[in-house]
Amino acid sequence: MTLATIEAEQGLRAALALDPAGVVATIRESGMKGRGGAGFPTGLKWQLAAEAVAPDGVRYVVCNADEGEPGTFKDRVLLAELPDLVFEGMTIGGYAIGSHEGICYLRGEYVYLLADLEACLERRRAAGLLGPDVAGSGFAFDITIHLGSGAYVCGEETALIESLEGRRGEPRNRPPFPVVSGFRGAPTVVNNVETFAWAAAILARGADWFAHIGTDRSTGPKLLSVSGDVQRPGVYEFPLGVSIAEVIEAAGGHDAKAAIVGGAAGTCVPARDFGRAISYEDVSTGGAVIVVGPWRDLLEVAENLQWFFANESCGQCTPCRVGNVKLLEGIRALRRGELTVQQLEDMVSLGQTMRIASKCGLGQAAPNVLLSIIENYRSEVLGHIPVGAR
Amino acid sequence: MITLPAEVEAANAGLIEAIDDLVAEYGDDRSALIPILQALRQQRRQISDVAMQVVADRLGIPPVDVQGVVTFYHFLDTTPTGTHVIHLCRTISCAMAGMGAIAARLEHELGISFGETTPDGLFTLSWANCIGMCDAPPALLLNRQALARVTPDQVSELVLGLRAEVSGMIGA
Repeated sequence: MTLATIEAEQGLRAALALDPAGVVATIRESGMKGRGGAGFPTGLKWQLAAEAVAPDGVRYVVCNADEGEPGTFKDRVLLAELPDLVFEGMTIGGYAIGSHEGICYLRGEYVYLLADLEACLERRRAAGLLGPDVAGSGFAFDITIHLGSGAYVCGEETALIESLEGRRGEPRNRPPFPVVSGFRGAPTVVNNVETFAWAAAILARGADWFAHIGTDRSTGPKLLSVSGDVQRPGVYEFPLGVSIAEVIEAAGGHDAKAAIVGGAAGTCVPARDFGRAISYEDVSTGGAVIVVGPWRDLLEVAENLQWFFANESCGQCTPCRVGNVKLLEGIRALRRGELTVQQLEDMVSLGQTMRIASKCGLGQAAPNVLLSIIENYRSEVLGHIPVGAR
Repeated sequence: MITLPAEVEAANAGLIEAIDDLVAEYGDDRSALIPILQALRQQRRQISDVAMQVVADRLGIPPVDVQGVVTFYHFLDTTPTGTHVIHLCRTISCAMAGMGAIAARLEHELGISFGETTPDGLFTLSWANCIGMCDAPPALLLNRQALARVTPDQVSELVLGLRAEVSGMIGA
C-alpha cells in the first residue's frame, strides 16, 4: 500500500515550508477528488473554505470517519494502521484553510479504535506535531475526536455537522455549503479519512506524482474495500480507472455474476460490464466492491439493502421515509410471486421519484441498486412474476 | 431550571449526581449533549425519562430535544440493556457469509429474539447495520468490541463462557 510507504511528517514539513495558498494550489494541481464517494475536488473545497468569510476567524477541519456505507472498511483499516498519516493530513488541511481546530467524527461502531487514536493524538502533541506551535512553525492546531452514536446518515456532511452540534443527524438544506457555513456556522471542510491520508502523501511526493496516476479526470490511487463472494476479501489499492474485472480477479472472485460497486448507495454492475472502469467518470465509488457469486438471488441482495435504507432513513423527507418502505414491500411481494408487471413499473417510477425528490444523498441513492438490478436482470426479475400477472 | 418533584429528586439522587458530574466534565453546551448521553448509557445501561429531563434542564434545552436525539441514534436508547450487549451485523457482506446461522444460534442459546433482553438481565440481542467488518464476515459487536469470522459453535461457547463468568462470581 502506497500510503504505508510515505515517510512520517514529510508532507507536513513540506506544507509548512509553503504558504497556505501554496498548499491549496498543490492539492488542486494533484487533481484529487474526495475519496468518500461524492468526488468533489479536494483542492477546490479547501480553497472555498480558505476564502470564505469567517467573522471571528474561526474555521474547522472535520475528518469524516463515519464509515457506514455497506461493504466499506478501508477507513477502519487506515485508522487502525496509519492514524498518524490521517492526522497529519488534517493538520495540513488546517494550515491550508487557516483553521486551528480539527475534529475527527469517529463512527460509534468503531469505538474500539478510540483509545489508540487518542494515544496517537497524545504522542503527536508530545512530539510538537499538534498544539500551539506545530513543528516549530508558529501555526497552532489541535484535534479532538467526537464519537458517533450509530446513524448511517451522519456520513452525509451536513448531518454529521448537526450531530456534532448535539442534534439529530438530519441533513441540512444546501446551500449554504459547509465550506461557507458549517460547524457552528463557521467555514468547515469535511473530508473523508482516506482523502486526508492522500493529502499528506501529495504534499510529501508532489502533485505531479499523484496527477500522473489514474486517468485525466480521476487522478491518483484509490483504496477499495472488496468483500462478498471472493477468496481474499480485503483492502486493495489500484489506480483509478482500473477495470472492475481486475479488482475482482485480484481478490479471487471467480465466475462472479455481478458486483455491487459503491455499496448500498452504489449500483449493481452485471458481469458483462466488468470491463467498465472504477473512476469518477465511469463507475464512481467511495471504495466498496461487493462481489456477487453466480448462485446468488439478486433480489435477496436488493431486499437486504432496501431494508438497510428503510432502517437508516432519518425520516425527515417523505420520498425517502416512505419510499424505502414501499420499495422493500415491493421486493418482498416480488419474491413471494405476488407482484404484477404494472406494480413493478410503479416501483421503478417510485425509485426515479426518490432520486429526484429526496433531500439528501441517502434518499437519492437508496433506489440505485434495485433499479440497476431491474434494468440489468430484467428477465430474471420478470421470472418472479406469475404468468397471469404479466 | 425545572425543579423536579421532591420525591422524584430523592428517588433519583444518584442519577442526578452522575449527570452533574458529566456536565462538569463535558460542559453545558449543546455539543456536549451526545457525549453526556453516551456516557450515561454506558454507566447506567439506560436513559430514563428522568435522566432526559435532568439533562435538558442542565443544558437549558427542551426535554423533547433530548428525547429526539436519544431515539434517533442506534446506540442511544430509552430501554434498559442487559450486562452484555450483542449487535449482530445483518448487512449484505455478513448476510452473504452465514449471518443467518449465527442469528439462529444466538436466539437458540439465549432463548430470546432480536431486540430483547434475557429475563436474568445478562444479555441483550440487537441487530446492527454494516459495522465495517465486511472483510471478515460474519461479524458482531460484543459490548462494542468487534468479533470477526464468527461460527455458530463460537457463539455457543461465547454465551456459555459469559454465563459461567457470572455464576463464578456468585460462587466466589
